[in-house]
Amino acid sequence: MALYSEKVMDHFRNPRNVGVLEDANGIGTVGNAKCGDIMKIYLKIEDDIIVDVKFETFGCGSAIASSSMATELIKGKPVSDALQLTNKAVTEALDGLPAHKIHCSVLAEEAIRAALEDYEKRKAAAQ
Amino acid sequence: MIYADNAATTKMSKTAIAAMLPYLEDVYGNPSSLYVTGQKAKEALENARVAVARCIGAEPREILFTSGGSEADNQAIRSAAAIGKKAGKTHIISDAIEHHAVLHTLKKLEAEGFAVTYLPVQENGIVDPAALEEAIRPDTCLVTIMTANNEIGTVQPVRTLGEICRRHGVLFHTDAVQAVGHIPVNVKDDNIDLLSASAHKFHGPKGVGFLYAKRGVRLENLIEGGAQERGLRAGTENVAGIVSMAAALEEAVGNMAQNSVRLTHLRDRLIAGLSDIPHSVLNGDAAQRLPGNVNFCFEGIEGESLLLLLDDKGICASSGSACTSGSLDPSHVLLAIGRVHDVAHGSLRLTLGEDATEADVDTIIEAVKAVVAHLRSFSPVWRDLCAGKTAFIL
Repeated sequence: MALYSEKVMDHFRNPRNVGVLEDANGIGTVGNAKCGDIMKIYLKIEDDIIVDVKFETFGCGSAIASSSMATELIKGKPVSDALQLTNKAVTEALDGLPAHKIHCSVLAEEAIRAALEDYEKRKAAAQ
Repeated sequence: MIYADNAATTKMSKTAIAAMLPYLEDVYGNPSSLYVTGQKAKEALENARVAVARCIGAEPREILFTSGGSEADNQAIRSAAAIGKKAGKTHIISDAIEHHAVLHTLKKLEAEGFAVTYLPVQENGIVDPAALEEAIRPDTCLVTIMTANNEIGTVQPVRTLGEICRRHGVLFHTDAVQAVGHIPVNVKDDNIDLLSASAHKFHGPKGVGFLYAKRGVRLENLIEGGAQERGLRAGTENVAGIVSMAAALEEAVGNMAQNSVRLTHLRDRLIAGLSDIPHSVLNGDAAQRLPGNVNFCFEGIEGESLLLLLDDKGICASSGSACTSGSLDPSHVLLAIGRVHDVAHGSLRLTLGEDATEADVDTIIEAVKAVVAHLRSFSPVWRDLCAGKTAFIL
């Protein structure tokens, strides 16, 4: 038995949406290096639709896979949908995570939420 | 596949496998039985004791067979503590980088009223003998300091530490699980009273080890039952495992000199290659370390993802990151030598076996370089370091 599902390993080996968005209008960072996990999500939102998303992650295999999957789940979706993203949805989409790795999917949910909050803040400031 | 995790366990040698087979197939008698096949098993057991004793400079009666290193550590420490308690001495000295078999046993003893001093180690991972001498009190009953560290491979000045203990009349135990079969260990020359070892670290089977206890050091048994091992360790002996362990140890000790030279050369080649990676550091002393041990920290990445990608490239290695230890904290050993959490999460341990080649080492170097560069390419920590937003630690 492998430590992770094939889905997790696929997203870990070939992370989707990896990198930086120079013209992001919503950025969220969660976690800290002391604990061994940091996720940074970049969102490009137009007309309340997430037209592009990228991530950078410092962390274990499941942290990288969770970020990758979370970005896939919100790409092209309305902001209102992205706000509903749960760690459970990320975990399920990855065909499950080991019990002690569930916090990685929580981190992904929090990173997306932080980026969306940043976007709302910027929008409010602009108005 | 390149197996570079020999500190975790080793492949059994052909000699060790061949040695155990007769005791699985034909001579399966119980050594406590009086008929011939039982007595043959008993004879094999005692021959193994003689062989093991000879390999570490002990007498056969000073060797007690156990289920492995952890049991030997538990029994050694508990026995010394019991001896101390009878004399009203309840202070123990150890150090910050011991194996959990030692640390957790000491924690239990602390709960039972013992006081334990944990000596710090220097940045190179070595215990300062002067610090040991200073820490010894009139009520010190035991000093337990490992011969070689399982993570960073540092080899302690055991002979000097043992000499200090002897001078002060304090029992000296050493967890030599990583050392026996790899570097010279002689309990008499090294002033050792109690020593733990494990067969699967020197190409023997898992689930078997031994405890050396100097003549006169009274052992307490952890397992109650029959009179096996002179009543000090109940349970029918693992005859095949013990015979195999003795064969593996004799072979390891016989080849030690040549293996050590070859492995040290490969180790240093690996260290030199990995040192090319920017913002990395070798953990543990460069010279006072086990022949096959290499341990690095790479800034800006996390160890588990490093291991998984190395596994994809056919390289088996290990890490002291929190994610691989199953706890929230990275390795206590790396923290004790002064690596901060952020850096300790990005550690990699490579422990070469006797069959490693220069080509293996070069493959490992290239693979590690590629994987570290890949993980750094999308690490927000690395980006901030490179952008000057945070300061490099390494």
